[in-house]
Amino acid sequence: MKRLQRVAGLTSTAVAVAVLAGCHKKPEAAPEPVATPAFNADSARLAQEEAARRAAEDAARRRAADSAAAAQAEAARAATAAAAEMRTTLTSPVHFDYDQSTLRPDAQAALDAKIPILQANSDVMIRIDGNTDERGSDEYNLALGERRAAAAKQYLVQHGIADNRIETVSYGEERPVAQGSDESAWSQNRRDEFEITSGGQMLRRP
Amino acid sequence: MIRRAHLVRAVATCCLAAAPSIIHAQDTTFRGVTINGTYDPLRDKWGVVVLPVAGPQGDSVRAIVQRDLDFSDRFSIIAVDTSDVSALHARGTAAGLNYPLFARLAAAAVVEITPVPSGLHVALYDVAAAKVINVGEFSLPPTMGRDWRMAVHRTSDEIARWVTGQRGIAATRVAYMRGSVVHIVDSDGAGDIAIPTAENAMSPAWNPVGSSLAYTTYGLDSRLFVLDLATGRSRNIVSAGRNAIVQTPTFSPDGSTIVYARASESQGDLYAVTRDGGTSRRLTVARGAYNASPAFSPDGRRIVYVSNVLGRPELYVMDADGTGADVLTNYDFSENNYRSDPDWSPDGRQVAYQERIDGRFQIRTIPITGGTPKLLTSDGENEQPSWAPDARHLVFTSTRTGVRQLWVLDSESGRLRQLTRSGGSRLAAWSPRLEGPR
Repeated sequence: MKRLQRVAGLTSTAVAVAVLAGCHKKPEAAPEPVATPAFNADSARLAQEEAARRAAEDAARRRAADSAAAAQAEAARAATAAAAEMRTTLTSPVHFDYDQSTLRPDAQAALDAKIPILQANSDVMIRIDGNTDERGSDEYNLALGERRAAAAKQYLVQHGIADNRIETVSYGEERPVAQGSDESAWSQNRRDEFEITSGGQMLRRP
Repeated sequence: MIRRAHLVRAVATCCLAAAPSIIHAQDTTFRGVTINGTYDPLRDKWGVVVLPVAGPQGDSVRAIVQRDLDFSDRFSIIAVDTSDVSALHARGTAAGLNYPLFARLAAAAVVEITPVPSGLHVALYDVAAAKVINVGEFSLPPTMGRDWRMAVHRTSDEIARWVTGQRGIAATRVAYMRGSVVHIVDSDGAGDIAIPTAENAMSPAWNPVGSSLAYTTYGLDSRLFVLDLATGRSRNIVSAGRNAIVQTPTFSPDGSTIVYARASESQGDLYAVTRDGGTSRRLTVARGAYNASPAFSPDGRRIVYVSNVLGRPELYVMDADGTGADVLTNYDFSENNYRSDPDWSPDGRQVAYQERIDGRFQIRTIPITGGTPKLLTSDGENEQPSWAPDARHLVFTSTRTGVRQLWVLDSESGRLRQLTRSGGSRLAAWSPRLEGPR
């Protein structure tokens, strides 16, 4: 990142020098009558010099345009990267303890990170999907998944996010992210997932 | 269809009866033709011989009937040497049976099935009384398919009634989920078919005549549907709306009403809706808790369901209008309790459910009047019990083979059989007796 910025800086200095050089030479050349035929030995040399000078100017202009486009692209890339980072923060899941729907400290921290992004992007709507591990009743887990989604939503609403911006749904134990019947799989599956349902195209920084 | 040949109560058979008694004194639907005996389900079964059946479908008919009677867990099928059929009949006659032979084989009854143009003619012989005690004719569809098998199952169930006074449960099916696909399989494990439904289906429940299934869909836009099995069409009855799901539907015994749970962000309550849809009526006020999995008592007056109103999932019984809720599973109170998935037995006497024991669910039954629950399983994890119409057999999900499969348990004798052979089978619902072609 830093190196790229330095290169961009050098390029703009070169552009400035080229522009100044052009301005300085022009008054010298202007009084010469354009239609006068060459009658001294210098005229051919002067014409050559003039052509070379114009070529250098063109090249400098092209370089300037190229570097401006590069800077713009770089800025866009940086904005995209920031948006992607915000999107990741917004959609990162939170996890729960066995048979619990209370928010653990790590879940609260994950939700705290989402709050400023949601506040800075009031057009963003999200959905929280509540999920359980495979233990527990298949059917009753659907109800308990709803409870988990509601726990995260309630926390966000308490921190100033409008209720109608957050939809909740339960998938119970029907959509595990980790297969297997051990605590490692179970702990990954006891989760709320977050999805941006609208307004997530141009996320602004808080 | 059934012609009663002899309205005589047969005397107790030598091999079974310790003391004569009437088995089903309360059964007034069909009198006078049962083979009597004192019956101990853990020890006694009626010995029965099914004679070879003639005709191109004869072997299939005999195999299905023998298996149906065996799966009823009230008969032991006695194999006979069929190489010399003449030995089975009384010397010099075609009609009379060689009763002394069958008595030596400890057979209480002999079933004789004869193909006739319309289907099957069945005669039931009482060995001890040395006579025919019932005959009947049963129509069969001309081609061997699902309907044909169901018609043979109905024949088996009627034979079971002639002998025991109680109809069998062979002419039933089990609806269940394989992953998120609804399946229906015959009670003997044959004829498994997938039923197209809306996406993310769950919790199929039979209507009381077995002509349709209620089910719900989970996830976004959760809905309750009623699927007409004749047309295959699903009709939307209830939509959960935003921030909620509907789940665990069940029909009232008269078929007029569906009770289901709606879980929202704040709580889960039970609602009632007519089978045709319309406005739902709220039955419970969970106050922050989640109520789900309702099941009616057979008289339709009460509902058992699961609730975590006291912190942990326990079973409760309330009146069908939502009043008078009281905890049913009030034994061994612990903050680790997890009791769910109740099903009320068709005789009204008990509720089957799952309880977490040492980290795994097992099937239990508890008398509806309260009292000591029985533990029915211990091998693997066992869940989601559903009663057969005989109030004796249960279908449930078990991991005992390593993957979830449906199993049938005789709650009287403890005998088990595996119903499905494809992994991921779960959430079984045993149908009512299926009266006509479906």
